[in-house]
Amino acid sequence: MDYMTIDGRCVPIEGEKNILALIRKAGIDLPTFCYHSELSVYGACRMCVVEDERGRILASCSEQPRPGMVIRTNTTKIRKYRKLIIELLLASHCRDCTVCTKNGNCELQNIAFKVGIHAVRFLNNREQVPIDISSPSIVRDPNKCILCGDCVRTCAEIQAVGAIDFAHRGSNMEVTPAFGKELADTDCVGCGQCRVVCPTGALTIRTNVTDVWNAVADPKKRVVVQIAPAVRVAIGEKFGFPKGTNVMGKIVAALRLMGFDKVYDTNFAADLTIMEESKEFAERLKNNEKLPLFTSCCPGWVKFCETKYPEFADNISTCRSPQGMFSAVVKEYFAKADEEEGKETFVVSIMPCTAKKGEILRPDNFTDGRQDTDSVITSVELIRMIRQAGIKFDEIESEAPDMPFGMASGAASIFGVTGGVTEAVLRHVSEDKDHKALSQISFSGVRGIDGVKEATVQLGDREVKIAVANGLANAALILENIKAGEAHYDFVEVMACRRGCIAGGGQPLPMGPRTKAGRSDGIYAVDRESQIRFADDNPVMSQIYEDVIAGKEHKLLHRNVENV
Amino acid sequence: MLEQSYYDKADEIIANYGTEARWLIPIIQDVQTEYRYLPPELLTYIAGKLNITEAKAYSVATFYENFSFEKKGKYVIKVCDGTACHVRKSTAILDRLYKELNLKKGQHTTEDMMFTVETVSCLGACGLAPVLTVNDEVHAAMTPEKVTALIKELRGEN
Repeated sequence: MDYMTIDGRCVPIEGEKNILALIRKAGIDLPTFCYHSELSVYGACRMCVVEDERGRILASCSEQPRPGMVIRTNTTKIRKYRKLIIELLLASHCRDCTVCTKNGNCELQNIAFKVGIHAVRFLNNREQVPIDISSPSIVRDPNKCILCGDCVRTCAEIQAVGAIDFAHRGSNMEVTPAFGKELADTDCVGCGQCRVVCPTGALTIRTNVTDVWNAVADPKKRVVVQIAPAVRVAIGEKFGFPKGTNVMGKIVAALRLMGFDKVYDTNFAADLTIMEESKEFAERLKNNEKLPLFTSCCPGWVKFCETKYPEFADNISTCRSPQGMFSAVVKEYFAKADEEEGKETFVVSIMPCTAKKGEILRPDNFTDGRQDTDSVITSVELIRMIRQAGIKFDEIESEAPDMPFGMASGAASIFGVTGGVTEAVLRHVSEDKDHKALSQISFSGVRGIDGVKEATVQLGDREVKIAVANGLANAALILENIKAGEAHYDFVEVMACRRGCIAGGGQPLPMGPRTKAGRSDGIYAVDRESQIRFADDNPVMSQIYEDVIAGKEHKLLHRNVENV
Repeated sequence: MLEQSYYDKADEIIANYGTEARWLIPIIQDVQTEYRYLPPELLTYIAGKLNITEAKAYSVATFYENFSFEKKGKYVIKVCDGTACHVRKSTAILDRLYKELNLKKGQHTTEDMMFTVETVSCLGACGLAPVLTVNDEVHAAMTPEKVTALIKELRGEN
């Protein structure tokens, strides 16, 4: 085996593409802004510089390891360079850390502390530019940008959207949509993955916390809250729980303490989605029309398809997302009580997703011209609210959600990971409902972290071809293949974020591979521990179908496509 | 939206090269030669044809000083402000141009769309300093007086 020497220690080269990976393997935590293993190598931030035996300085992220190479990661020269780079970055950066939403979570803050910057010698002469709040999902503050390009590459390479890029040159360089447009005027789908990789406060979640507090404080409002599957396995991380711990019970208790009137579970609506989407799928299979059927749960994907591949827009399921179904049904459920009590039902949804904030504003998600979901807050904002309320999250007792919208099947919970919607639908349409069938479905190829997964299942006398994509670039790949006639599918599930909602744009950071794996395991554990594994076994659902939905399926559970 | 003729012209230029991303710069150079500026609508149109994002095309077009999204005058005057020209008093030449053309600070093109004044870092003709070009025609060893005469001539007042 080949070796190289890092800080006097021998390190085996095992196929690593760059020295940085080897350095990290050797247990040395070099700071970086612009290096992400999932993205192309950019080599801009120069934080990962190392010195070789001839005193040359190399950027370890873009240097191939060679046998016999000798490098040092911590020399006087390197410490000096690193400090100067940070000092220069800070010189033109807003340093009001205490009032920045990124405070405590900021890589620039973190690395400046690690490197040991105690003063900045240079004057800040950077011109202040306006903050872009045009998008319902993302706030873009160019004044806090350090030009690492992580967002640019994520948007282009992982999501195939390319809404933002560098513009101009030298000290005038900025990251911006074309022609300095606002985000809302671009193809941005609101997925928030740019915010996930942004090391500073330049890209952050557009927050709705104040709206929600105001609603909770309003006695005229019946504030009803729904919690998405991926939220419950993520927020525990910030309160000392192991990665992937299901803290649903504590979330319910915390929300009650905050003053929410009813605490429900989005999973209930995911069960509705399974029923409706399966019906739609069976119908399309029977008529052999508008195939493949594309899932519609992910608003990032829906917008992507509509803007980049409008020719496939009719293939998207007409089903509303679980969030949309939930709010429409709940408002219908409380309509009479609202009238009698002179109240107004205000639906808050807690989502792992920034694009959901945009989904609720779409007219095709309205019922009778009325917006159903009133406010969306992300996991990150929920954590903020828990902290603002001073709730000791790790100590409070778990509570169960309110009925009837608090009961759901395990199939609903796996909506939070890639392949989950497909698996849930397959469970529903499968004729056998025993353990063998369950495990057969889970091993059919829909699980796992590959960007594109394919599976074939037998439904009656028909062989059904399925594709599951996560990450919009992977979805684009599938669409291109279908367009070119090289692939044929009957059912395609797309989640805009790699690995699904557990790694959504509204989830707490940091979000490395281990965190994602933990959350994913957490979701499958929720499913395994559920007493009900099939959506059709949810006893409350059939009741709600009878009492609330009957005759209004189209109005409450499907998008009003004619409204667009 | 621009007039249809602009898009037809762009199609014609694209056909000369191809629709691979690498042809972006030659294509927008030709567009700029045609219209003396790069109409933003055409950049978006070309990006679509080359299957690159609008943001990426904008990134490329703003990287190079040469591309301009603003309409330019009939005569584009480039005043060299490289080291050699600068020490031989190119500033005085620029000042005189601004005065003759009645241009305000930060304004580059006259309101009648006749003249555009730009500075460039070096024209590579240091032996002729101070130097300027009018639509690629070189005028060597300029003085403020020669500038006044040049503008008169271009206005057709002689």
